[in-house]
Amino acid sequence: MITAGVDVGNMFTKALLQEGGRVLSYAILASGLDRKRAARETFRQALIKAGVTEDDVCNVFSTGAGQDEVDFAAGTVTDITAAARGTLKIFPMARIVADVGAEGAKVLKTDDDGRVLGFTINEKCAAGTGSFLETMGRALGVQLEELGPLSLEAERAVTINAQCAVFAESEVVSLIHAKVPREVIARSIHEAMAGRVSSMVRRVGLQKKLALIGGVARNKGFAAALEKDLDAKLLIDDEKPEFLCALGAALLAAERDAGQLP
Amino acid sequence: MIAHYGYKDGSGDFFISIDTDKCTQCSDKPCLEACPEKIIELFTDDYDDEVVGIKASERNKIKYTCLTCKSTFGAGHAACIEACLLEAIEHSW
Repeated sequence: MITAGVDVGNMFTKALLQEGGRVLSYAILASGLDRKRAARETFRQALIKAGVTEDDVCNVFSTGAGQDEVDFAAGTVTDITAAARGTLKIFPMARIVADVGAEGAKVLKTDDDGRVLGFTINEKCAAGTGSFLETMGRALGVQLEELGPLSLEAERAVTINAQCAVFAESEVVSLIHAKVPREVIARSIHEAMAGRVSSMVRRVGLQKKLALIGGVARNKGFAAALEKDLDAKLLIDDEKPEFLCALGAALLAAERDAGQLP
Repeated sequence: MIAHYGYKDGSGDFFISIDTDKCTQCSDKPCLEACPEKIIELFTDDYDDEVVGIKASERNKIKYTCLTCKSTFGAGHAACIEACLLEAIEHSW
């Protein structure tokens, strides 16, 4: 039985097809202004990649900020539950999941059965999201994908005191003018952001079995900074960290179809 | 489940935490009526439990929305906290 999960994020829309727990295909597109269209097109691309048609898909669940705009989904599930389900499929040992996306971050804690015990969400402040890295990279004159590797070259960091992305950007500009090496600034940026996310982890309860998902999980500099801050080795799906919510939605769609969910 | 609604910014942590395991045991949900700003809503969560949460449109401004109420009840207190007999609601500030 093939099911699909469509995760409509603020910046990107992700679609994933699965069958019996095996991932068949996944696709990602910018959400843009028309999220309904983005959802439909992303789903279509996932179907093409898997070599199947819409009629082959038994059930579709949507999740994410625009979950209600997926008019072809049979059901919706919150991004908290979807993140927990998708992550535990890949990392059954994970008990804390930090999902850091382009414009939001959330941290949740689960029990041994995958039930969510607690969560916290940051959708207000850019300082703990991918947008923060994008802004800082721009100030530093570094492409986003180069920022993480650059930070790993530094042997030290300086403290970025600003709690706000806007003020942090001006602090970065001051550091550039003070001739602080770019790699040191890059590491400082990642450590500042890691501090934001780690405070969310501590709010739900720090545990060592912690998975990092979302697009920012691709950034090795951020992952290293978060590991250092939390003194924990992170579980990261290097292949598709931004698709785990969509995976969770697809798995929950299968369980609902099989009558395992209410 | 402990649901933390709110945010952290340069001026501090502003979270309303709701223990949904306790919340499901309460049939009256007096917090809904008690909140003078009506920022609390009733919904069915993914486990099919009927619980209260903070409206999505309000989560990013609770520092300001709750200000009047908190100035009446004092730091760490609010009408929703006082109304909840099961002590399922906490404020971080």
